[in-house]
Amino acid sequence: MKLFEQPAHVLHDMLVNKEITSLELTEAVLARIDEVEGDVKAYLTITRDEAIAQAKAVDEKIARGETISFLEGIPGAIKDNICTKGVKTTCASKILQNFVAPYDATVMTKLREQNPVIIGKANMDEFAMGGSTENSAFQKTGNPWNTDCVPGGSSGGSAAAVAAGTAVWALGSDTGGSIRQPASFCGVVGMKPTYGRVSRYGLVAYASSLDQIGPITKDVTDCAHILNIISGRDEMDSTSVNEEVPDFTKALVEDVKGLKVGIPKEYFVKGMDPDVEKTVREAVKKLEELGAEIVEISLPNTDYAISTYYLISPAEAATNLARYDGVSYGERAEDAADLVEMMTKTRTQYLGEEVKRRIMIGNYALSAGYYDAYYLKALKVRRLIKEDFDKAFEQVDVIVCPTAPTPAYKIGEKISNPLEMYLQDACTVPLNLAGLPGISVPCGYSSNNMPIGLQIIGKALDEETILRVAYTYEQSQSFHNDRAQLGGN
Amino acid sequence: MKVTKKDMENVAVLSRLDIPADKEAQYTQQLNDVLEYFDNLSAVNTDDIKPLAHVLPISNVFREDVVKESLDRDLALSNAPLKEDGYFKVPKVLED
Repeated sequence: MKLFEQPAHVLHDMLVNKEITSLELTEAVLARIDEVEGDVKAYLTITRDEAIAQAKAVDEKIARGETISFLEGIPGAIKDNICTKGVKTTCASKILQNFVAPYDATVMTKLREQNPVIIGKANMDEFAMGGSTENSAFQKTGNPWNTDCVPGGSSGGSAAAVAAGTAVWALGSDTGGSIRQPASFCGVVGMKPTYGRVSRYGLVAYASSLDQIGPITKDVTDCAHILNIISGRDEMDSTSVNEEVPDFTKALVEDVKGLKVGIPKEYFVKGMDPDVEKTVREAVKKLEELGAEIVEISLPNTDYAISTYYLISPAEAATNLARYDGVSYGERAEDAADLVEMMTKTRTQYLGEEVKRRIMIGNYALSAGYYDAYYLKALKVRRLIKEDFDKAFEQVDVIVCPTAPTPAYKIGEKISNPLEMYLQDACTVPLNLAGLPGISVPCGYSSNNMPIGLQIIGKALDEETILRVAYTYEQSQSFHNDRAQLGGN
Repeated sequence: MKVTKKDMENVAVLSRLDIPADKEAQYTQQLNDVLEYFDNLSAVNTDDIKPLAHVLPISNVFREDVVKESLDRDLALSNAPLKEDGYFKVPKVLED
């Protein structure tokens, strides 16, 4: 394997053993960018000079004989809705095209204590609204496995960078599947932690009761290490939970004997791609062979999750995005006669179509006369969906299902039909509604050689068990060693 | 159609968005399709079900009201589209 193809834990050992320098590694990743970024277009901003400087500083530290932390000197990418002090944070929106974050998100503060090399800011669907990264106002990202296909979304740039070898690791954010689904489409590992596990301070808000930051990595081991770094209570986010953070790497144990794995029958229904169903069923069989007990379960309100999610998230978005009014930051339209006209012109001119659509859905659902029928109804069904999981977890330790109903599709194939796009999120949104952790791990390929992901869902704050199941499954297969064929390889 | 022209106009005002004339039919149709799909929720019996706005079992989170370091004024204004004398500048709000 080439350097840029290696996972972080291998590279960390190579750095510690002085087999490589951080500068060599960083230059290898930057050279990979020169080679393939023109096709992949994963990055909105590349901070090349800063990356080189960070790498040199780490090498000096190693030369002085100091010990280095896990991510030290290892290049990664940050989704462009996570505030990075002094670096543009655009959310892939024209309204923030010149916004330079004046402070670091808490996850960045925690990461920087590790001295990683930050390669740049990753493309995404505008304000994280979308599942294909086609809603970026700036560029369409290609899936490294076939650049005519979407990388998934909304963290499509983060997942594509990790899959293409233009980042070793990345951070994404997940409101309805935006880490897990692009991880599935790009053949990498992605985790949405439990709601409240990771601070949202400095994550540009989309739907505050659903948003969560998480890692996108080449394997489960890296996922556990990065989760260790970013988790924990933060007084700047009152919804971050005050629970002790375990050492997640202790969960990297090859053993699922006696674990009860629930298979929800509602997740294997109409519209599912046959390759996805076959591959996921094979993975379930593998878990059984490894000693897990497979239990068929029912999550009866699954059919209502899409409606519930697409009422609650736009309602929260309509409120959160009211701040883009041309006053305190972001772009402002010119030639407005008064304040309201200035705000209206600004938003009309600088927000993209899908963002406008969700703001309008949200305001409709929240408006007088419709509030009870739509928003309040959705909140009630949200409780029923959460209770479905509560009941299921009385019987099982984890739940396993597909991450997405299809593999990656062609760029342009679905974008003109918003409802069809929303239906793609059927397997991922229920976890956000219930606040549960979930991980997507590669479990095979479609007939046209596009990756497929297995989703493992856990109880609240029980990331350890899903990491254990994911790790055990991963180690029984070799998908995590596969790399997209791109450029010279 | 569930969504009327008046509904669209109302939502546009609430959203502080202008809907261009050539997009009005498309936006109305798309909003309508989505809302019709959402109607599947009416099949769910939610009598006596309390709404769930938030998954965590927390209500108020208090802290001591103490002054801490905050964002420097110039930095806070650094992304402002228009500023003057340390303030954000907006079009005139009050009449003369």
